[in-house]
Amino acid sequence: MRVQLSINGEKHEADVEPRLLLVHLIRDVLRLTGTHIGCDTTHCGACTVLLEGRPVKSCTMFAVQANGKSLMTVEGLEQNGKLHPLQEGFMAEHGLQCGYCTPGMLMAGYAFLGTHPTPSEDEIRVAISGNLCRCTGYVNIVKAVQHAATTLREGAAR
Amino acid sequence: MIPAAFEYHAPASLDDATALLARLGEDAKILSGGQSLIPLMKLRLSSPPHVVDINGIPGLSYIREAGGVLAIGALTRESELEESEIIRARYPLLNDTCKVIADPLVRNLATIGGNLAHADPANDHPATMLALGAEIVARGPGGQRTIPIASFFTGPFETALKPGELLVEIRIPAPAPRSGGAYFKLERKVGDFATAAVAVQLTLRADGACERVGIGLTNVGLTPIKATQAEASLGGRRLDDATISEAARLAAGASEPSADLRGSVAYKRDLVRVLTARALRKAAERAQGHSAQGHSTEGRR
Repeated sequence: MRVQLSINGEKHEADVEPRLLLVHLIRDVLRLTGTHIGCDTTHCGACTVLLEGRPVKSCTMFAVQANGKSLMTVEGLEQNGKLHPLQEGFMAEHGLQCGYCTPGMLMAGYAFLGTHPTPSEDEIRVAISGNLCRCTGYVNIVKAVQHAATTLREGAAR
Repeated sequence: MIPAAFEYHAPASLDDATALLARLGEDAKILSGGQSLIPLMKLRLSSPPHVVDINGIPGLSYIREAGGVLAIGALTRESELEESEIIRARYPLLNDTCKVIADPLVRNLATIGGNLAHADPANDHPATMLALGAEIVARGPGGQRTIPIASFFTGPFETALKPGELLVEIRIPAPAPRSGGAYFKLERKVGDFATAAVAVQLTLRADGACERVGIGLTNVGLTPIKATQAEASLGGRRLDDATISEAARLAAGASEPSADLRGSVAYKRDLVRVLTARALRKAAERAQGHSAQGHSTEGRR
């Protein structure tokens, strides 16, 4: 089946089998390997991408379902060689250890900050509750999201 | 994990979908949010030759309160329920429930129709709908029919839907004055199924006695369970320590849990007792706070 979709503002087209999972289209066909596959059982969220602005698990969706849709992956965060404030936050606060969950954490965090400019710690923890970090580095991940929220607020106020 | 090959169909109308489902019969599975179906297909516990994706059918996603009924379209996502002002203001039981289903990412795709039609006894909406006394609207090639929720769940993963029929809407009676509800779920971690969960919806009379009580139990039997004896024990009576503990004891007696990694039979049964008592108290508290609230939220989402 022919699938057309937009990823990070760029149009893509591919011929796919209906059973091809969205994450495999993204990684194996389109070679955007920033999105990870972790548990492959809808638990860990390493494969999180934004579908029409909402974070979803791309291992639990068929590529054909994304036909005509607009997606964003972790590669879409950096703009003109400049890291997104959330990525800066993960660096500044040591929000990653092994880094495997990071693409998913970033996408869930990015979507969350879009609707919650002044989040509480509890709200952040709920927002990333579908993303597992097996280094258990949650404390610093929460700090990284808070760091980004502050940067984004200061940027908006300027 | 790669699912077995299947033929993909994306009907653009309800008529096309029901005609297709009638033709394909047992060979077809409906793809709604896909958050139960796709994991099952990846594990090859389910390998349907045909998948009918209903996401392209317009007009199946809505939350509307009118004429004393809250109507929810089958394709409404759990996250949309969570964000709905009507539900937050007037249906606390539903609001409690949609916030504890799976995790926030899954809820962006998972649908209320799928949660019910999949009929997993571990799913949360079935018990909620039993407590609320909801109705299921099914559409087939021959037209539309309404199924009371109490006769909807016929077995584990089995419903009263016939091949060719599609769940299109859920109808919930709008709450009478002095109504309240609550959902109490114990889960080992976010995203796990309930060890046990209890849904309560009740309406109090002006004198504080119970006019109507609905109690539904999650994941403590082969189907979701309506705790009818517990409900009946509260009819016309005030909620106090004695009536609550009696109803909680009867609800625990109605449960038929099996032992697994989440706990033993005795543990789960006692959990039902504890959660029932907590849900009754919370529902009553909300019913009393609710009495002043008579404003219409019609048309608001």
